[in-house]
Amino acid sequence: MLSKRYAQPNEHRCVSCGACTKVCPRDAIHIFRGCYALVDTQACVGCKKCTKVCPADCIAILDREVSA
Amino acid sequence: MNRRKHWYDYLWIWSILFFALGFFNILFAWLGLLDLFLPLLFSLFGGNKFFCNNLCGRGQLFSVLGGRLHCSRQKPTPRWMSSKGFRYGFLIFFFAMFGNMLFQTYLVGAGAGSLRQAVKLFWTFHVPWGWAYTVETVPHWVTQFSFGFYGVMLTSLLLGLIVMLLYRPRSWCAFCPIGTMTQGICKLKQRGKSSDV
Repeated sequence: MLSKRYAQPNEHRCVSCGACTKVCPRDAIHIFRGCYALVDTQACVGCKKCTKVCPADCIAILDREVSA
Repeated sequence: MNRRKHWYDYLWIWSILFFALGFFNILFAWLGLLDLFLPLLFSLFGGNKFFCNNLCGRGQLFSVLGGRLHCSRQKPTPRWMSSKGFRYGFLIFFFAMFGNMLFQTYLVGAGAGSLRQAVKLFWTFHVPWGWAYTVETVPHWVTQFSFGFYGVMLTSLLLGLIVMLLYRPRSWCAFCPIGTMTQGICKLKQRGKSSDV
């Protein structure tokens, strides 16, 4: 079952430092070709660890849309 | 954490070692060029930020001090600090000052300037550092570059430590000139490949 929330980095504000990749307990986030952080939304559990270390403070936690 | 530890997860030790070595013999400052050229090579030829993401000893040091050792207020970095304007502005300023340092080195090499046994902090303050001038057989410009480059490295470390204390451990990464430059290179390379950036 998927978590209720997931992380969504803002690719325009991301500085692609990789701090988020080091704290993700699910290895669900990686830096896409040095440009920005990309989240595997299926693997992400929305734990917010990445949002707390992000130096650009650019990762939002979004609610998943519930599909009936 | 389910991640396996790699050898490069301990490169924060290199960051400390660099400043320790330069404290005793300024010529070790030349090794700092690795921190300038490796990220450039990774971005130019690999199109990635593997250096920032995994190898940057400074980022790791800030993570250790600010994260594990709690020397950080853990407050969000001010938004302007990670804005494009500030990042690219700081990049230009940083490299202008770097160019100035190279020019001083050239002047000493050309015999137009004399060797100054001091480290320049925050692009302004000359801090006497003569004790680290232990090998006098190398050309003066080699030593002048060492003092200059060590000053650049120490200034950026201090800035990084200040923002680490005030904000998040890796707040420095938000406007690190090397990070801005390599990300810019990666974006340019990516633009050539597809239109999704």
